[in-house]
Amino acid sequence: MAPLEELEQAYRAAAADPQYQAELADLLEHYAGRPTPLYYAKRLTETLGGAKIYLKREDLLHTGAHKINHCLGQILLARRMGKKRIIAETGAGQHGVATATVCALFGLECVVYMGAEDMRRQRLNVFRMRLLGASVVPVMAGSRTLKDAISEAMRDWVTNVETTYYLLGSVLGGHPYPMMIRDFQRVIGVEARTEILKREGRLPDVLLACVGGGSNAIGLFHAFIGDESVKLVGVEAGGRGAKLGEHAARFQGGAPGVLHGSQSYVLQDSDGQIALTHSISAGLDYASVGPEHAWLRDRRRAEYTSASDADALAAAVKLARTEGIIPALESAHAIAEAIRRAPADNGKIYIVNLSGRGDKDTDIYRENLPELDADPNSISV
Amino acid sequence: MPTRIQSLFERVKNERRAAFIAYITAGDPSPERTPEIVAALERGGVDLIELGVPFSEPIADGPVIQRGADRALRAGTNVKKVLGIARKIREHSEIPILLFTYLNPVLRYGLERLAADAKAAGIDGCLLTDLSVEEAETYVGAMRAAGLDTVFLAAPTSTDRRLELVAKYSTGFVYLVSRTGVTGERASLSDALAPLIQRTRAVTSLPLAAGFGISTPEHAGIVAKMADGVVVGSAIVRLIEKNVSDSELEAFAHSLRNKLAWSGVSAPL
Repeated sequence: MAPLEELEQAYRAAAADPQYQAELADLLEHYAGRPTPLYYAKRLTETLGGAKIYLKREDLLHTGAHKINHCLGQILLARRMGKKRIIAETGAGQHGVATATVCALFGLECVVYMGAEDMRRQRLNVFRMRLLGASVVPVMAGSRTLKDAISEAMRDWVTNVETTYYLLGSVLGGHPYPMMIRDFQRVIGVEARTEILKREGRLPDVLLACVGGGSNAIGLFHAFIGDESVKLVGVEAGGRGAKLGEHAARFQGGAPGVLHGSQSYVLQDSDGQIALTHSISAGLDYASVGPEHAWLRDRRRAEYTSASDADALAAAVKLARTEGIIPALESAHAIAEAIRRAPADNGKIYIVNLSGRGDKDTDIYRENLPELDADPNSISV
Repeated sequence: MPTRIQSLFERVKNERRAAFIAYITAGDPSPERTPEIVAALERGGVDLIELGVPFSEPIADGPVIQRGADRALRAGTNVKKVLGIARKIREHSEIPILLFTYLNPVLRYGLERLAADAKAAGIDGCLLTDLSVEEAETYVGAMRAAGLDTVFLAAPTSTDRRLELVAKYSTGFVYLVSRTGVTGERASLSDALAPLIQRTRAVTSLPLAAGFGISTPEHAGIVAKMADGVVVGSAIVRLIEKNVSDSELEAFAHSLRNKLAWSGVSAPL
């Protein structure tokens, strides 16, 4: 845990350094594509006939998701710390791709741990990481998903800490990671707050974001925490049922516990063994949730709900056909909750974090929407 | 009254040798086998048993002990069963037993409840690999109130400030991680151990035991000349994985124990 102390000192020094902040701001603007648009989803809004829905378009960032925000912040930090080797874990592959991207940008060695099951589900992202020059190490332990990839990355880190920076991909792990990654992601909410005030002349009523580890959600929420009138809604993966192992809804099925260095709500059995989780979306498939979300929930500042695999799929199709936007399956969970509650919320303003785009999920969409994937020769027009 | 762990280190000091500490995962390969394995190790000269409570996410462990935890979990091992195993060991043995596990299973069982039940089962102390000293106060309070030793890890990367906290919260002994990284056998010993021993000696008079990566009689012999205790884990778990007989386990333990005398000659058994 000495490595965490070293990291915290380095991060606090960097955060206070105007030169570091200026370099990060420059990369976020010219490399990643910030600020991202706050888009009024007019047809979706009209179809639902209730709340006015805005989408925060993190999906338009370079690499296709919000993960690039904290990757740029962390790679600059790693460089300041003199680390030559970067390791990361990835679930859906989005964080792995973003990490491989920034490593290529700075010419640093990149090793990404990925559960073997996730590698199967996200082959395209595995290929993208390799194309960017990263090595992707399959993790065969446990459920072969995100939690196992984090365990393996932590083992690597404690072994090679002198040369290696662990570029963690969400608001998880031991302090200072949840704080630091939140700081890198809070730009989402800062931009959204400025933009909505400009466009609507008032604060939104509801913010919605999917919650795996919770980086995109805390990124959107953070600038609004002091605005008590703004409802914060996190959407977890309801998976395919309420039974332990069939979902990743930590706030509904979990209990307080400690996993990977942070205390939060954890899906576990009565012996304290970490439960297996399921979600159609690899990025939400994790047994714990960022500790700041647990804090927001315990003091009732944020509420957490869940959307099932089927709800997320239906929401993705709806968004694709009303707005011409194919969302990442993770973000589709937030869309699903917006669809569920918008009709009863006439006059309200929603901001939904569209944290990632759906290209990476094409294979899963194909598997789950077979009616759209029939042999072209057999389609009767 | 001194705990069995404290008495052990007094005794081995008088015998002019290092203590021989063996790690095994309770319930690997089955809860029934563990007391027999402990008896064989004790016959081979092991002085203290680190009894691992298997956890599904063993982040401090290398592949050998990860597989041991897997086998134990598949055999249905949980905290309650481990306490039963300890009681079974106590029917025939006074060997000091240190629970060795992760925070989450212990929190789930309940700190105070575990402290009381462990003490009643004849367990002498506890080590949680993923509990940082900064967060240790409540846990240490519960364990000490029940009369259990609390052992913490110190690593080559630990700052002097952390070493002081480790010293403050540890009783029985301090566990030195001989190299950065996870548990597992290594071809050579790390040169990080000697400076760590020096730095830790500067802040505590507790016995110091070293582990992580010590797997051969040669390693054990070298470490015994610097530390008050030598921990061997993965090399023993690997034999258990191979289902070797109790006499082979005993012989392996004996080969290590023979190297622990400070004078370099065989210790009397």
